Amino acid sequence: MSASAWRNRGHVAYGAFIIHRLSGLALTLFLPVHFLVLGQALSGEAALDVSLRWTQAPLVQTSEIALVFLLAAHLTGGLRLLFVEFVGWRSEAQKMLIASAGGVAAFCALVFALNLL
Amino acid sequence: MSARAETRLWLAQRASAAVLALCVAVHLATMIAAVRGGLTAAEMLGRTRGSIAWAAFYGVFVLAVSIHAPIGLRTVASEWLGWRGRSADVACTIVGVALLALGARAILAVTR
Repeated sequence: MSASAWRNRGHVAYGAFIIHRLSGLALTLFLPVHFLVLGQALSGEAALDVSLRWTQAPLVQTSEIALVFLLAAHLTGGLRLLFVEFVGWRSEAQKMLIASAGGVAAFCALVFALNLL
Repeated sequence: MSARAETRLWLAQRASAAVLALCVAVHLATMIAAVRGGLTAAEMLGRTRGSIAWAAFYGVFVLAVSIHAPIGLRTVASEWLGWRGRSADVACTIVGVALLALGARAILAVTR
């Protein structure tokens, strides 16, 4: 790998790219589980309640907060990418856009956590 | 895959992303409000059962995800695993169809 390619990995946009990709992978892995849990309602309200009670375990709640952060981060990071692709790359704005995306995602996760716990 | 097909996938990825931006924003707001005071099946199903609006909303959501996620996986498989060609395309299509089927089942479960 060239020296410039390694240097680019230190750029904040590379961090945003990695977070967007890893959050997308995590969400794609989580979705089938989410759909299967909701599908429990086919067997009635009580069956769904069994799964929902399981989500009250501290480890599951921590995972839920992390998932909300990843979902919000994938949303805000994706909006930044759409902006870059359809409006244009403005180098001076990237750090502000990435910081805003991270801030909004953290805010969503925090509000979710405060309501959940 | 031809350049035209690649372009179509690129467009489908961006179009589904635009739809998902709206769906995810609504879903986040709903989740944040719904978990306040604990989430029960009665409360959740009370909101969604018999609702054509929620069924339509989640139908669009699931359809957009079923397009967006497999195209993203195809890119990751190509760039990080070097997995390209027909086998990768077929695998990603299977993921998309599975997400669509499981998502449709979940919508049916919570809105019927």
